[in-house]
Amino acid sequence: MEPLKAIRSRTVVIPNSNIDTDQIIPARFLRTTTREGLGKQLFADWRYRSDGSDNPDFVMNKPESQGCQVLVAGNNFGCGSSREHAPWALYDAGIRAVISTEIADIFRNNSLKNGLLPVVIEASAHAWLLANPGALIEVDLQANRVTLPDGRIAAFNIEPFARYCLLNGVDELGYLLSQEPRIAAYEKLHALEWHE
Amino acid sequence: MTNAKTLFQKVWERHEVAPETPDTPAVLFIDLHLVHEVTSPQAFSVLRERGLKLRRTDLTLATMDHSTPTRTEQVFGGAPISIESAAQQIRQLEQNCAEFGVELLGLRSAQRGIVHIIGPESGITQPGKTVVCGDSHTSTHGAFGALAFGIGTTEVGQVFATQCLLQRKPRSFAINVNGAMPAGVTAKDLILAIIGRIGVGGGTGFVLEYRGPTIRALSMDERMTICNMSIEAGARAGMIAPDETTYEYMKGRTRAPQGAAWDSALARWRELPGDEGARFDREIEIDAATLEPMITYGTNPGMVVPISGSVPVRHDDAVFDKALAYMGLTAGQPLRDQRIDSVFLGSCTNGRISDLRAAASVLRGRKIAKGVQMLVVPGSQAVKKAAEAEGLDIVFKEAGAEWRESGCSMCLGMNGDLVERGSYSLSTSNRNFEGRQGVGARTLLASPLTAAASALRGKITDPRDIVTGA
Repeated sequence: MEPLKAIRSRTVVIPNSNIDTDQIIPARFLRTTTREGLGKQLFADWRYRSDGSDNPDFVMNKPESQGCQVLVAGNNFGCGSSREHAPWALYDAGIRAVISTEIADIFRNNSLKNGLLPVVIEASAHAWLLANPGALIEVDLQANRVTLPDGRIAAFNIEPFARYCLLNGVDELGYLLSQEPRIAAYEKLHALEWHE
Repeated sequence: MTNAKTLFQKVWERHEVAPETPDTPAVLFIDLHLVHEVTSPQAFSVLRERGLKLRRTDLTLATMDHSTPTRTEQVFGGAPISIESAAQQIRQLEQNCAEFGVELLGLRSAQRGIVHIIGPESGITQPGKTVVCGDSHTSTHGAFGALAFGIGTTEVGQVFATQCLLQRKPRSFAINVNGAMPAGVTAKDLILAIIGRIGVGGGTGFVLEYRGPTIRALSMDERMTICNMSIEAGARAGMIAPDETTYEYMKGRTRAPQGAAWDSALARWRELPGDEGARFDREIEIDAATLEPMITYGTNPGMVVPISGSVPVRHDDAVFDKALAYMGLTAGQPLRDQRIDSVFLGSCTNGRISDLRAAASVLRGRKIAKGVQMLVVPGSQAVKKAAEAEGLDIVFKEAGAEWRESGCSMCLGMNGDLVERGSYSLSTSNRNFEGRQGVGARTLLASPLTAAASALRGKITDPRDIVTGA
């Protein structure tokens, strides 16, 4: 995984609240056994018309949205299913951070494991971002803050261990594997319960 | 400072391999890892890429449910699985389980079913366990006093390799339910009302514990319906303390402890319920006596009203307007008598035997409305067999419904069972998101009783208006 330190990008804004993972990537695209190439199915039912052509009204299809790495969305982004295909699709489409006032638990966890930053900021800065699509902002993971074009700052929190992994481009599995002696000791203590 | 602990705290602390610190999450041991075909292939690939073994095959159980067909000939032979990518996913799971030594309840197994139905019915879901699965409705297993939650595919790989997960301790949220549920009001209506009250993000960051006399009076099937939809309020887990109802349900099930092991397990389980005076981070009170059957009108499960109610009126809310436009409904419109085109009875929310019995009690000796398609999909092959032994399949078929093999089916549009674009689906499943049941499908969530009553008239119908033939 590539280290993620800071992102400087214009924003693309989808103001809807409660955007669920079925919108981010519909279930019919989950019949895959790999994680690659899901970006073209991102927001498929909003992005494409029923004949498969691009829906020109959908924000991500507009010329000014191309190359944007930051998605600003309404409250409670990523609710619904546990499909990791949702952050895979966003990442594959070039998104590196999602900003909202609330981000659903499982989606947030999944994002942190895939180099996609789930950023929760306070309501007034969020409202400004919703009202100003295309704003050039900086999301700085080293400083835990978003800087708006006028210099205003909105702080955010990322779970410290996940933050360490993102900043250094390492995944969590290595750390978990290093816990082997403690896991083995736990198993020895509880062995009876699993086999009665 | 008190030492009184909640059910959640007790289960959490028993599973800490390493407690959390400011820098690192807790390392939490997982007692049961349920696996299915959709969220596991990329996790098996990680094991392969890194040359790792699956650490605890004895605590891992796989089945297939999401992308599997429900037509008998596609399950048991005579016709190929109509969707090639689904067939491929099924083959992949078979190969992965064989390669890594995981027990698989495969496509033709009599023990197969929706993963959250077969865990409890086999007895492998047990009080005090930590249970995970790459599926958000893993919260279902919390009905037994397990700490059960959905995980992503990276985490599936972590559990494969280490049997552990890195977790920050969630906060606790007590939902205290009092009052007897009126006739015609079911567990589904209760959980929909709770989600309507706290909102689809109201449980984010919390583990819910459903408590109080109303919950104690519920059967295990009903408790599973409640815990199942905890995720629809944003909570990863919902729990109910185990009691005699739990133990009675579990006793004698094939994967439950037997003989002396049962007695020692029982002694352990009896220590799990929360201590008197244990504190929650948040609490609310619900009066079940005031509830009606509930029905959703929008595009998330929090957009829900009593069945006698109307679509709410909201001003200057573009997201709300968009939801109503998608649903083809207007603000202020009564829900009762709204036309429906199809009915889906099934899913991990309402695919258990008691759900089928409830719907059959309404349909017995009657016909569903002309032009309405009704699909009845048992939650597992065991549920199917039990229903057939009681003749429920005959009741459904004589009423004009289709009777299928078990699976997730029409709950999510990925296995060939789809709702047509623009048509109204009265569904006993858990999500009414845009496109969930098929592109352009308009989902109305309700209980099995409401689904059956509505099927008879082809319109949203209060089940209390139909005299049951039970």
